[in-house]
Amino acid sequence: MTTVIRNGHLLDPAQRLDGLGWLHLRDGVIAGSGLGQPPAGIAADDTIDATGLLVSPGFIDLHCHLREPGEESKESIESGCRAAVAGGFTSVCCMPNTTPPIDHAAIVKLIHLEAQRVNLANVFPIGTVSRNREGKELADIGELVKAGVVGVSDDGNPVTDAGLMRCVLEYTRMFGIPVIDHCEDPMLSNFGVMNEGVHSTRLGLRGIPTACEDVMISRDLILAGYTGGRVHIAHVSTALGVRMIRDAKARGVRVTCEATPHHLTLTDAALGDYDTNFKMNPPLRSEADRVALIEGLADGTIDAIATDHAPHSATGKDVEFDQAANGIIGLETALPVVYTKLVQEHKLSLARMVELLTSGPARVLGTQAKGTLEPGADADIVLWDASSTWIIDATAFRSKSRNTPFNGWAVQGKAVRTIVAGETKHKA
Amino acid sequence: MAWDKKDLLGLEYLSAGEILTVLDTARSFSEVSTRSIKKVPALRGKTVVNLFYEASTRTRASFELAEKRLSADIVNMNVATSSVTKGETLLDTVKNLCAYQIDVIVIRHAMSGAPMYLARNVESSIVNAGDGTHEHPTQALLDMYTLREKLGDLRGRKVAIVGDIAHSRVARSNIWGLTKLGARVTVVGPPTLIPREIEQMGVEVSYDLEAALKDADAVNMLRIQREREKLSLFPSLREYAKLFGLSKDKMAGLPAGIIVMHPGPINRGVELSASVADGPNSVILEQVTNSLAVRMAVLFLVTGGTSLHPEHLSA
Repeated sequence: MTTVIRNGHLLDPAQRLDGLGWLHLRDGVIAGSGLGQPPAGIAADDTIDATGLLVSPGFIDLHCHLREPGEESKESIESGCRAAVAGGFTSVCCMPNTTPPIDHAAIVKLIHLEAQRVNLANVFPIGTVSRNREGKELADIGELVKAGVVGVSDDGNPVTDAGLMRCVLEYTRMFGIPVIDHCEDPMLSNFGVMNEGVHSTRLGLRGIPTACEDVMISRDLILAGYTGGRVHIAHVSTALGVRMIRDAKARGVRVTCEATPHHLTLTDAALGDYDTNFKMNPPLRSEADRVALIEGLADGTIDAIATDHAPHSATGKDVEFDQAANGIIGLETALPVVYTKLVQEHKLSLARMVELLTSGPARVLGTQAKGTLEPGADADIVLWDASSTWIIDATAFRSKSRNTPFNGWAVQGKAVRTIVAGETKHKA
Repeated sequence: MAWDKKDLLGLEYLSAGEILTVLDTARSFSEVSTRSIKKVPALRGKTVVNLFYEASTRTRASFELAEKRLSADIVNMNVATSSVTKGETLLDTVKNLCAYQIDVIVIRHAMSGAPMYLARNVESSIVNAGDGTHEHPTQALLDMYTLREKLGDLRGRKVAIVGDIAHSRVARSNIWGLTKLGARVTVVGPPTLIPREIEQMGVEVSYDLEAALKDADAVNMLRIQREREKLSLFPSLREYAKLFGLSKDKMAGLPAGIIVMHPGPINRGVELSASVADGPNSVILEQVTNSLAVRMAVLFLVTGGTSLHPEHLSA
């Protein structure tokens, strides 16, 4: 099976490729590419005319929750992958806070089998750090790696025991995988439900101080430096966190990090009427934090934009604010929200945005085969339209859930065609 | 000023003009409770539910009396025996009540924002009788009513609010209301009980009670919750009383006419010594009396009363 994509604007930051050109796909792999028109001799079973569209490597999400096994009423591997390809994502890393958690090779196998059956996006499971995500003893990480996990995390639960964190950073050195930490000191977050500041004061909601995240980031950076292990800071949300990661990188600590579209575009001022679609953890922070995150994107401190796609049913969200579940969905809104609010408003270059969605996360995963359009790479490609305006409509989502703060936003940037291993998996 | 609000959720959401409308309407109702037959027909045919998810004695009694004196039909929901214990959600409980064509729901709830959540979802008027650590608007309205009776116009007046500001809905509603009416507000307490960035709500912060009260016209002494002691927010009630309680000795150094308020119930010997609570500067029982007129005014306005006619007040 061969395909030629022509007349599209190739944008692949990994190769600094930026201009009208063509791609030749053969048997799920990129066989050739170039600017201008394809050479006359190239034969193809199928030709895609990408006139007016950007052609980028398929997006890679380092952080999403597919809820399967265990909570299939909120999302399944099938619905989550449908949402992914609709949003331009060709690969998703799914977090292990499932029921049961991904703390055993059998669960990894189950996810792989279902992802194969669904046959939409690539699904890369993340295993747990600890057995049953209890933060007490290490999971069988070697077996998990053998089964195919791309990292370990007790996501949702921070690794509060510094001794365990030291062990997992040391132990995983022999596998080269990152330890992904949700940084939060629970004694400091103390059942908080939103960022601590004037808005939590005003609303009378219990605050989550930035310090609870900063204290843990600082600990993780010290331990990563000490052990030589790889730490990946999930959904960094604070100005001081970004600064500490920047300094640690300069010192040679093996640290990477991600930021979410919502922390990059919203602040705690948006919680005015107790709308639970603005409740997540870490919470939306202050404007100063948001600005610091954007600086971190631009200067390379932040390696990837990750959605933290966290589906919840109305039962979990349509309740009093204190009782509402944490998290929002993001696979179908990441591209338009980031493109509209950061690129269109000149906070971030278009090429850097694409890098943060492609080669940035690919580097965190340590893969050469994804996140680029270079010949030999997997033919995971997104064709997207940067020009036409559309309205985000949660009722039209492929995800099973509707918990988004972006419903009704007028945006630009939409995946028109998503190709995984050479096959079209989504067409708008 | 005309009133067009379905609900009373907090003073953050009212203009100065709307606050004055409530206070002026309350003045007209205050006379009803001095009659031998303490009842007027202003809410005849209206149904009010008092839905209290938290213990309350005085607020609940005050609302109930206000409703009865306005001739409303009322239902008191006892939460201990309600569906909550069967796992029903707040919204389901209230939607079921609304199916009886209820005009007003007076709600007290332990979670901040619960009344606003309901107001978005039902057609009945919602009156917030205290939500978590967010707002307690009728308490602040009756505090301001009492202050206006004593001081007249509140513009330029200085009011200190003392105690556990972080966990106080009374403090937040008073801050909104008083600053909207032009008063200067200082919050006083140990730093552990002053919430972050509260200066941005337009108040001054002081950790020194006597310095803050030196030129104050009034002081509102908040109730200290005994549980806070256990959370290391302050070392002991004894130390709290020493630093932030009002005693006869401390009163001697303060302006002679300073008005002392307390939303009740008082921890005697902690926030206030007995001699101050019962002394000449205290208006604590007047606050309780005024609460009726203020709550009558609120109920009248949210049920569509725009201006008061003589027949509303006829016996």
